[in-house]
Amino acid sequence: MLITQKWDVIVIGGGPAGLAAAISAHDQGAKTCIIEREERLGGILKQCIHDGFGLVTFKEKLTGPEYAWRYIEQANERNVPVFLNSFVMDLKKEGNIFKLSLINSKEGAFYLSAPAIVLAMGCRERTAKQVFIHGTRPAGVFTAGLAQYFINIQGHMPTKKCVILGSGDIGLIMARRLTLEGATVHGVYEILPEPSGLTRNVVQCLQDYCIPLHLNTTVAKVHGKNRVEGVTINSVKNFKPIPGTEKYIDCDALIVSVGLIPENEIIEPLNVPIDPKTRGPFVDQNLMTMFDGIFSCGNALHVNDLVDYVSESGNIAGSNAANFAKENLQKRNLIPVTPKDNILYVVPQYVDLNQKSEVVIFFRSSRTLRDVKLKVYSDGNNYISKKYKVVRPPEMERIILNLSKVPSNISEINIELKGE
Amino acid sequence: MGKKLVIVTCITCPQSCAIELVKTKDDYEVSGNKCKKGKEYAIQEVTNPMRSITTTVKTIFKDFPRLPVKTDKEIPLNDTFLFMEEINSVLVKERLKPGDIVLKGIRNMDINLVATFGL
Ligand SMILES: Cc1cc2nc3c(=O)[nH]c(=O)nc-3n(C[C@H](O)[C@H](O)[C@H](O)COP(=O)(O)OP(=O)(O)OC[C@H]3O[C@@H](n4cnc5c(N)ncnc54)[C@H](O)[C@@H]3O)c2cc1C
Ligand code: SF4
Repeated sequence: MLITQKWDVIVIGGGPAGLAAAISAHDQGAKTCIIEREERLGGILKQCIHDGFGLVTFKEKLTGPEYAWRYIEQANERNVPVFLNSFVMDLKKEGNIFKLSLINSKEGAFYLSAPAIVLAMGCRERTAKQVFIHGTRPAGVFTAGLAQYFINIQGHMPTKKCVILGSGDIGLIMARRLTLEGATVHGVYEILPEPSGLTRNVVQCLQDYCIPLHLNTTVAKVHGKNRVEGVTINSVKNFKPIPGTEKYIDCDALIVSVGLIPENEIIEPLNVPIDPKTRGPFVDQNLMTMFDGIFSCGNALHVNDLVDYVSESGNIAGSNAANFAKENLQKRNLIPVTPKDNILYVVPQYVDLNQKSEVVIFFRSSRTLRDVKLKVYSDGNNYISKKYKVVRPPEMERIILNLSKVPSNISEINIELKGE
Repeated sequence: MGKKLVIVTCITCPQSCAIELVKTKDDYEVSGNKCKKGKEYAIQEVTNPMRSITTTVKTIFKDFPRLPVKTDKEIPLNDTFLFMEEINSVLVKERLKPGDIVLKGIRNMDINLVATFGL
């Protein structure tokens, strides 16, 4: 007979978000476990061997693995049970309880249940198929994250001479990493007029190694039958190729770094409402989704650029999941936090006005702006005004809204960025 | 003679401040940095740029073929590939944990290579 193990909180994903969630749920007295499909805890940080992690939390420049290790140790000290190599086959709700069917090689099929679930599955990369490139699909076209996995985890060099498409942070970091390991990186090609990664990565990954960054340029065509033999690049204006600017580049790989998407496949059957802008679930300030009992954090919620904020969100989701498991929930009084002028997205997208606490709000601007003023307001009330010298879409901004200042009878909170 | 202005992007934190330096007689006038660290960085950057190296080294373990490592101090940027040459000759034979020394005194300098993850 198969028995179902009962938990208070089940955390899906053992990266920094899941680890922080499990630690804080455990510390709130909830019986908590982690499910991880890989062989080890740590998530994507295991392959992010460069430094720059943890500046906010630890005031130190840690590498990805070092940052992950600190949380793995904390989880180990608390003996938080972890199911490794485990895949969620089915997730459903019966009454107030979530039931998960899983498999792993050790236990075969097994079953877990809990009143609260924390989603911490991280994100995946957009692939070359999701960008429009002509030509064949030979071997040698892969994402920057996959290149990172080959080199840093497996120790294989996937290319000798390559072109990088997209100037996201992972692409920039891989340009340096490949160069350091002896490959030639012809250049990084970006369709937009500005790099999409952080300025510091343009400096320390490209300029340090004299790797050219070509803006307003894209890869139009891939050549080669079995293996990439070259690519054709093209200058663009308003996303349209400029005729006559084609140039052939000889290379054996095209590495794409064109963005990340939150990973939320396993909740599709439950129809948890997803924000089309973030591609993660809509949540309130406790990081509970619109589906009672399901919480979301880290990159599964929205793509973060600082891992410190990933851990913070894990913390919030985990402790609220523990509270939810204990006390269940009083009815929420949810009102939307609506992105207005120049705001790309906001997380959380809702606030529960039945709670009067301080709320962490993240936003991204929809374009680069200088000397702007942020305003958080509802009819007749102004909650936050803050000046910014510069805001850029790749750099997420964090503000605190005190809900005790917000009247209970409003229908919406707005957030906008406007020039002065 | 006009004063020479140099702009350096601080890479110490994600703020990426654009720092302006103007050489004075025996020092620099520094502006645009949002914190103290930026001044130090900018002056170092125009005199002798320094970086840490983060990379991986081979291990003998099948379940863990690569160990991530870093230099415990910054090294001169221009010597990066000389350091890499020595680092790439390392083969790890023990199950180390973060902070353990993998290679002592690289290039006969007071700089060690340390593990950044546990095997
Ligand atoms: C290739 C790549 C490189 C990155 N580089 C950087 C960087 O240099 N700096 C930076 O700050 N950020 C970087 N990021 C962002 C980075 O993902 C976050 O900083 C942080 O690691 C996110 O933590 P997380 O816990 O949300 O997700 P992850 O670290 O991705 O962890 C998610 C975990 O969930 C597991 N999982 C997923 N689905 C399931 C499932 N169905 N069942 C069980 N387990 C599951 C995964 O195996 C993984 O261990 C990078 C992201 C990617 C994809
Ligand atoms: S000057 Fe200070 S705030 Fe600005 S990037 Fe450097 S360390 Fe960060």
